[in-house]
Amino acid sequence: MTPRLVEVRQNVLKHNDEVARALRQRFHASGVFVVSLVSSPGSGKTTFLERTLTSLRPGYRVAALVGDLATENDARRLARSQAPVKQIVTGTLCHLEASMIEKALDGWNPGELDFLFIENVGNLVCPSSYDLGEDLRLVLVSVTEGEDKPLKYPTIFNTSDLAIVSKMDLAPAVEFNWPALEKNIQAVRPEMRVIRVSAKTGQGMDEWLESLTALRSSAGAVPGP
Amino acid sequence: MHELSIAMNIVEIAESEAGRRNARIEAVHLRLGPLSGVVKDALLSAWELACENTVLAGSRLVVEDVPLVVYCPRCKAQRTLDSISFLCPECQSPTPDVVHGRELEVFALEVGDAA
Ligand SMILES: Nc1nc2c(ncn2[C@@H]2O[C@H](COP(=O)(O)OP(=O)(O)O)[C@@H](O)[C@H]2O)c(=O)[nH]1
Ligand SMILES: [Mg+2]
Ligand SMILES: [Zn+2]
Repeated sequence: MTPRLVEVRQNVLKHNDEVARALRQRFHASGVFVVSLVSSPGSGKTTFLERTLTSLRPGYRVAALVGDLATENDARRLARSQAPVKQIVTGTLCHLEASMIEKALDGWNPGELDFLFIENVGNLVCPSSYDLGEDLRLVLVSVTEGEDKPLKYPTIFNTSDLAIVSKMDLAPAVEFNWPALEKNIQAVRPEMRVIRVSAKTGQGMDEWLESLTALRSSAGAVPGP
Repeated sequence: MHELSIAMNIVEIAESEAGRRNARIEAVHLRLGPLSGVVKDALLSAWELACENTVLAGSRLVVEDVPLVVYCPRCKAQRTLDSISFLCPECQSPTPDVVHGRELEVFALEVGDAA
């Protein structure tokens, strides 16, 4: 007999989206502003995050979750900032999912935090599909990666809220072409804010930290102590 | 590569529908947008493996590409884009508002006789 076509209409990532929505509600209720970071491996997420945590720590209560395929090296590096840090070992999974965040938060009270940072696995493809309940998704691209990165990975740039161009101290050495990168970012994500930083020299970090605290205030969270 | 885990999610959805309807599923129809983050060919290659040892074994995955549709604020109209470059094809304005293109959804099942 000939098969019948029946309509179903179900979002494939429905489960992840539901967990992410519940996380987002919980984060908002506790007044913590949540930022996730995505990039290729080696773009400088951990270095940038360590500097961010260290700079924020005198005035704000901060913590970080870090996803990694196998090692705990990133968590050890981030812990030097004195902030609470938890590693999520993803094993063979190349991205974080909302349920992994939920599990990692076990024993932590988000109500005791002003900022929570989540470093995703170094990967520009898979993390784009998974909402983690964050308020802000940062995509990092370093000056050494080539100005056409956004055109090669448009989805991750399109689903991010703010772009960080990292390793600006290396810009002269690699003849970094800022107008070209800016144009390519705007092509795949019109109107996205882009901030150029060097986590090594500190260039641009003030601009980033000011935007971050302003975003937290405008998200309705109470100002830090 | 996360297409195998995506394929397994699709199998789970289809399996529960098959159970509910007490029917055999011959094909799963999926709508996939260019901003879904999922690569069609990789998903199709992962399908057979994802179906192994499930009631979906032997079924087909039919992928319908969803075009990228944006809203142009200047034309005040929806526009279809040929590539992931957010400029209105009519007036060249930037078009940040995505109307269609993020879809990753099971939208229909081809159902045969009860298994
Ligand atoms: N010159 C320079 N090197 C950097 C900077 N940020 C990170 N790096 C280096 O880039 C490499 C990868 O950085 P890491 O933070 O581990 O990147 P992740 O894989 O994205 O977390 C390390 O060798 C860092 O020392 C920077 O601002 N300037
Ligand atoms: Mg890292
Ligand atoms: Zn237009």
